[in-house]
Amino acid sequence: MITTIKERKYLQFLLLLVVFYLLCLIVPPSDSNILWRFPPLLKQLPIIINDSVNYLLFDWWLIDVWDPDIEEFEQKPLVNLITRAFSGVILFMIEFIREIMLGGVKTIVTFSGWEWATANPWARWPALPWTVVAGGATIIGYALKGPRLALFVFFTFAYIALFGQWEPSMETLSFVLIAAPVSVLLGLALGVWAFRSRRVETIMNPLLNVAQIVPHFSYLIPVMIFFGIGDHAGAIATVIFATPPMVRLTLLGLKKLPPEVAEAGLMSGCNNRQLLLKVLIPTARRDILIGVNQVIMQCLAMVVIASLIGAKGLGNNLLIALNGLRIGLALELGVCIVLIAIMLDRLSLAWANKQTDYFADLSFVQRNKFSLIFGVVFVAGIILAYIGSFFFKDGFNYLYLIPHNKGITTQDFWQSGVDWIWDTFFYSLKGFNEWLIIDVLVPVKTAYLGMPVIATFTLVMGVGFIVGGTRVALSVGGFLLFIALTEWWDRALITAYLVSLAVVISSIIGIVAGTLCAQHPVTTRFILTVCDTFQTFPSFIYLIPVMMLFGVTDTSVLIAIVVYTTVPATRYTVEGLISVPAALHDAGSMSGVNRIQRYFSIELPMSFPHLALGVNQTVVFALSMVIIGALIGTDDLGQLILGSLSDRQGVGNGLILGLCVAFIGLAIDQIIRTWANQRKQALGLD
Amino acid sequence: MKLFKSKSIRTLVIASSVSLLSATGAVKAADSTAPIVIPIHNWSSQIVMAYVIGGMFEAMGSNVEYVPADSQAVYESIRNGDVTISHEVWKSSFGKSFYNAMGKGGVIDAGTHAALTLEEMGVPTWVIEKDLCPGLPNWEALKDCHENFTTPDSGGKGRWLEGPQSWHGELMPERIEALGLSDKWVVKFAGGADALWTELASAKKEGRGTIVFNWTPNFTDADGFTFIEFPPYTEGCRKADGGDGSCGSPKGWLKKAANYKFPKTHPAAYTAYSQVSFTTTQIGQMAALVDTDKMDHKDAGKKWLADNEAVWKSWAGM
Repeated sequence: MITTIKERKYLQFLLLLVVFYLLCLIVPPSDSNILWRFPPLLKQLPIIINDSVNYLLFDWWLIDVWDPDIEEFEQKPLVNLITRAFSGVILFMIEFIREIMLGGVKTIVTFSGWEWATANPWARWPALPWTVVAGGATIIGYALKGPRLALFVFFTFAYIALFGQWEPSMETLSFVLIAAPVSVLLGLALGVWAFRSRRVETIMNPLLNVAQIVPHFSYLIPVMIFFGIGDHAGAIATVIFATPPMVRLTLLGLKKLPPEVAEAGLMSGCNNRQLLLKVLIPTARRDILIGVNQVIMQCLAMVVIASLIGAKGLGNNLLIALNGLRIGLALELGVCIVLIAIMLDRLSLAWANKQTDYFADLSFVQRNKFSLIFGVVFVAGIILAYIGSFFFKDGFNYLYLIPHNKGITTQDFWQSGVDWIWDTFFYSLKGFNEWLIIDVLVPVKTAYLGMPVIATFTLVMGVGFIVGGTRVALSVGGFLLFIALTEWWDRALITAYLVSLAVVISSIIGIVAGTLCAQHPVTTRFILTVCDTFQTFPSFIYLIPVMMLFGVTDTSVLIAIVVYTTVPATRYTVEGLISVPAALHDAGSMSGVNRIQRYFSIELPMSFPHLALGVNQTVVFALSMVIIGALIGTDDLGQLILGSLSDRQGVGNGLILGLCVAFIGLAIDQIIRTWANQRKQALGLD
Repeated sequence: MKLFKSKSIRTLVIASSVSLLSATGAVKAADSTAPIVIPIHNWSSQIVMAYVIGGMFEAMGSNVEYVPADSQAVYESIRNGDVTISHEVWKSSFGKSFYNAMGKGGVIDAGTHAALTLEEMGVPTWVIEKDLCPGLPNWEALKDCHENFTTPDSGGKGRWLEGPQSWHGELMPERIEALGLSDKWVVKFAGGADALWTELASAKKEGRGTIVFNWTPNFTDADGFTFIEFPPYTEGCRKADGGDGSCGSPKGWLKKAANYKFPKTHPAAYTAYSQVSFTTTQIGQMAALVDTDKMDHKDAGKKWLADNEAVWKSWAGM
């Protein structure tokens, strides 16, 4: 009998479930019972962290600095001086790009000081007319890819300008133009490092997970305290959030390369650097470009959150619009964010895919035709703006800068659209909502909260053991233990309940939708664009309509999470299916499989690594959305993280709560990853 | 760790600062030209007021910079000097963050607005007109009308939609308990102000009863909002202060905060700022310019400054 159990995994799972169920039944719910809830031994940890951060930031290694404004020496801590200097550099770069497009005084001030700049009001950097920026970007689009991209770029800029969102859009763009390249380069470097050393990879993997899962809100306060408030703080928070997928995909791409590629490079006499830059990275371009796409999407997805710690632009305006329930305006702003995201993504793709023609023999004019055309546009734009200054007498020169919120607007249209949806679907949805809450959500939540801690440990560690042996069981147990020893175990259970429901729903939707759409190139392209849209479209916008339809309830939270987490499930399914080599399809067809057999016996198994990564990312996304759920109103970890913004122990609480969320993710990741690796080996894919 | 405090670094910094001082030309009595940083939060009266106060500073010759910031987290930034002022410190929503930051040092109290605020549970006025809870706004009415305020997840009880837990902690659940309403009412914490406004809008559409946390002056005043009259607030009546918790909210102050260096760096601007005192009507005007007249926040600020020159010029001493 024991040997049968040892051989059959499903019997092991069955046994585990029986034990779990028994434990749930026999352990009495009482706070003094250690088997029901562990004592909060780590209660002091947030306070300790808080005190150390305070010490580091305010008391460690004080240096007397002369403050000319108050004419006194002030004791400034070393760390503070260093981080502020770093912020200064980043802020300068953002302001520099911003002022090229919008004009201003900051760049000049950096070199001259406020004193001089105030005394000399002529010393202001002039803004470029919007026609020049739009024209220039269109030319770049044409030069990189051709007329279709150029048209799209032009449409994007025209939309932004006509709808009167030029100023905030350029502010956001300048912020992204710094955050995204930094994330890409950092991610590439870390990815290559992890590729070269197995040890680095093992260490980096959990760190990446933590960086990606820890809800942004829990590091907003630390970032703000260390680096100060402003665009630079937003940029730093964005980089923390946007780099992990780049590292992961760089690593994935490099690892997938057949050894022959590197051998061919070595035979041609490459040194290490050449091998990497000229052979390996270009060959792994496909996956690395998905990484770039992800960075851009994540950067724009962070635009709204970053505005909480000082990033100017669309995100901030969006929050303001939503607070006044102006959904129409918020929608227009959201479309701007999405358009900028897609445009940057397509431009960077085109740039990376562009082949240099080394043998072309071109004249000066041919070589520099785009710069020359830009020169013409530049001059023409300035002349137009100058002419415009005669036509538009009453303050706004529409040919120079279209003032904020003075463009055309369709917000009333959108607003009435939202109203229509409300009027049409409300009553049918109301029944569904009530059913879902009463018959599904509340029972599931009660069941999660009714688990004795010992049963949870048995179940999760047991699954870990069956899947990956003692090592996995122990590490998963370690993650859980940390959460169980804080005072927030019940909150974590509520988070787990929301996340597990969301992951199941969105994995099903994502895999089905991805499979259907991957059958044809046109639908593939379509679904990937839909993914991009939903990933960057600020979730805050649909929070309001969702709340209107479903109220301040867990249904709304669940829907908000599912909308966002279906994206990775779909994306990785599609990527996985289209990366199955055509030769395998042919081989299958020759062996006489029909379409459905081919899908289940060839495509699905072959794309399994991608699918597993997809589910893994779904978990990650769901956990990172927990905080958005908190904005609707939950009683889970997210709500406490939100609360830590105003708390005296805010830094410590926020970080520990964030770690709790991350550790839930790491535990699940550990199990899925181990299982996926086993499957890969069984299929001979690794 | 004091061991590391290096003398040589200290002398170096002093030396360089002294040379810097001689370069800038010794003593100044006038305000510094370094910009005054004003935070922008996400509700209209605050933003318009930011542009109004900023406009006043600019008229006095100061440089001004606006930075978007979270309304709870901003006090930590004021403390560190990254933000100079915060001009709408609401007693019950931000009082805790404000005094926490002040306790750590770096934030000063720069006076109080004339406007009195009220932050309390209440109902949209049409709930009273529809007679969904006969007897409101007196709280005793709550004893037998909870059926009209239930939601699917409230377990048959009526629901109070309170702001995020970070605003007042357990205040409302304790009050329900103390007033003996706990078998009929339950508190749900919303995630933020957006959730409250959405609830108001959707309850109105559906015509169902709702009790939400709200405050005045606020843009919801325009649509009609009635606060429930709980037993009056007395000193120490709240559970956190040792009382039984069976009392309503007091009329609250609306304060102004500033970084401790502001009076020294910008004496003239600080003097003006300490005199700034808006009334409920003025705050209502500012909000209405945006919420009702659909103006841009910046334009609304300019318009208010132009319409009320006498008011702000007397503060600025111009």
